[in-house]
Amino acid sequence: MLKYFRGKKNSQLIGLMSPGALWILLFFNLPILIMLFISFVERGRAGGIKLPPVYTLDNYILFFNSCASDFAGSACSPFLYLGIFGHSIRIGLVVTFWCIAVGYPLSYFISKQKQIWRDTLMILVIIPFWTNFLVRTYALKQVLATEGLINTLFMNIGLINQPFDLLFNEFAVVVGLIYGYLPFAVLPMYASIEKFDHSLMEAAADLGAPPQRAFWRVMLPMTMPGVVAALVLVFVPVVGAFITPDIMGGGKVEMIGTLINRQFGVARNWPFGSAMSLVLMSLVLVGVIAYFRSSTEETRRAM
Amino acid sequence: MASSEFAVEMQDIVKQFVTPEGGILAAVNHVTMQIKDGEFFSLLGPSGCGKTTSLRMIAGFELPTDGNILIHGKDMSQTPAFQRPINTVFQQYALFPHMTVEQNIAFGLEMKGVSRTDRIRRVGEALEMVRLPGMEMRRPKQLSGGQQQRIALARALVNKPEVLLLDEPLGALDLKLRKEMQLELKTLQREVGITFIYVTHDQEEALTMSDRIAVMSKGLALQIGVPEEIYERPANKFVADFIGETNFLDGVVKRQNGNVVEVDLPGSGVVFVESSRKFTNGQQVAVAVRPEKLTLNSEIKDGNNLKGRVEEVIYIGTDTQYGVRFPGGQKARVREQNTSFAHKSIAKSGDEVMMSFTYVSPSLLTE
Repeated sequence: MLKYFRGKKNSQLIGLMSPGALWILLFFNLPILIMLFISFVERGRAGGIKLPPVYTLDNYILFFNSCASDFAGSACSPFLYLGIFGHSIRIGLVVTFWCIAVGYPLSYFISKQKQIWRDTLMILVIIPFWTNFLVRTYALKQVLATEGLINTLFMNIGLINQPFDLLFNEFAVVVGLIYGYLPFAVLPMYASIEKFDHSLMEAAADLGAPPQRAFWRVMLPMTMPGVVAALVLVFVPVVGAFITPDIMGGGKVEMIGTLINRQFGVARNWPFGSAMSLVLMSLVLVGVIAYFRSSTEETRRAM
Repeated sequence: MASSEFAVEMQDIVKQFVTPEGGILAAVNHVTMQIKDGEFFSLLGPSGCGKTTSLRMIAGFELPTDGNILIHGKDMSQTPAFQRPINTVFQQYALFPHMTVEQNIAFGLEMKGVSRTDRIRRVGEALEMVRLPGMEMRRPKQLSGGQQQRIALARALVNKPEVLLLDEPLGALDLKLRKEMQLELKTLQREVGITFIYVTHDQEEALTMSDRIAVMSKGLALQIGVPEEIYERPANKFVADFIGETNFLDGVVKRQNGNVVEVDLPGSGVVFVESSRKFTNGQQVAVAVRPEKLTLNSEIKDGNNLKGRVEEVIYIGTDTQYGVRFPGGQKARVREQNTSFAHKSIAKSGDEVMMSFTYVSPSLLTE
């Protein structure tokens, strides 16, 4: 990629890059600056911000101490929002773990097939992308519902008398998120595993490594770039997810995404929503950068 | 260690693969061979002859469809690769790119549970042995092809295997380095005394290095023997043709008198060949004789003499090669060494010459 650009003149380079750069500048960087501004002013009565703007740090203070609000009662617990934030990260980790744990063997299995089957199976992995995310989530909801597919099936064959509570809880949210983000884990891991030279596993066996040890010592380290990419691609959007927790959690599972979403909707508190968004973004960014720093060092040596 | 005089025994080994079309292909077809302890043994043959499949079965990467593989007398036909007392030097080396040279070489020792201090010491010794001391902290990518090859060798030998398998390990090296490594490998093998099983398609390499050679073709072991035997007394046309150059003069057995067989080369004359084999009168045979065992003369010499005409003269440095055609249509290539400076050709194109060879130099081949 870089090699290709190196041979080009600067003007050509700018010409090629400007549509994308302009897009990012206008619709990503600028809105973030606007959010940054909003997060430091007082809210307006009917949403939006108070005009003329009154500068304040309250929105950030509120996030770290939820009792700082005017509406806080006497039984207020100060770490409400921080708790939701922590909870979101935990869900993010659980979902990422399962996406990788399920996606890695799946990618391996696909990479071992004949060319024609590999292509077919990869298309099957990608096909869900062609369906609207909302539609997919609602479809999954029907599967897990009290009178849904699973419960009806189990009741009818007499395995259970009472339907399982599969919906409107954290389990449902986690299942929904794994379902939605699994392809994001499979794609980069498949790319890594497909390139992996399986004769290295023979070399490991030849040197006395049983299959499991050969996997941990040779195959996993060498396919780590794919695993790291999967981790980032799943973890970052999952921590900030709001559609899935909203639909699958039925309003009972609060994640940072749903909380932020509410500030721009019914709660009409744009400044607090902006502040939370920025905190979320910076913390995730710091985490990801730190992880990349440590792992790219590892992978750079591996390559 | 040795509970048998043989390091490896392949007993009637069959390996079948299912082809993509659904057919069955026998990559190895009833092969039996016994490889002696401490021997440098080569599997020689063109690609697809079954030599690599045989090696992979000895290593344990493939399991035989039928037959047994014994390692020092112990049946290991179904033992997985990681439990066999065997190490391999792979064709593309298969060094672990994410590990240092030291970690690569120590890998096998680590799997065996050798302590860290012992590992470091033995890695150092192994690097000395392949003449690359001090390379511990390098990565495989930072090494040249020849260096990677030595590291692969060190990684295998450091485990002191009962048998070392080498799958065309010199294939990726340039000619000069190849020749160097051939001698080095041979010396190393004598020093460590480990049985080497060496797969190659290069007949010269096999002749140079091996104590014994098995020539394979189409899943069969056609001939097993010491290099001289393989070269001087090939068992059939394939072996004669694959190892070095050979002239085949087709003829018919006229009569056999003890060890002397009289062969009629229709239209070109009669030759006498010494052979311990029994032939029947009228049997079709090929008189197989190496170009360097033939001489061109102006008059009749001792032994066999065939009159022919020189068709081409090719100067190839050390030798001059003459193409001779006989009245019956048979052709032969003759090699004469260019022993003196400003060597003058013995004959030129179109000359009538006498081609001579001894009674013992040809082999009589029927298949």
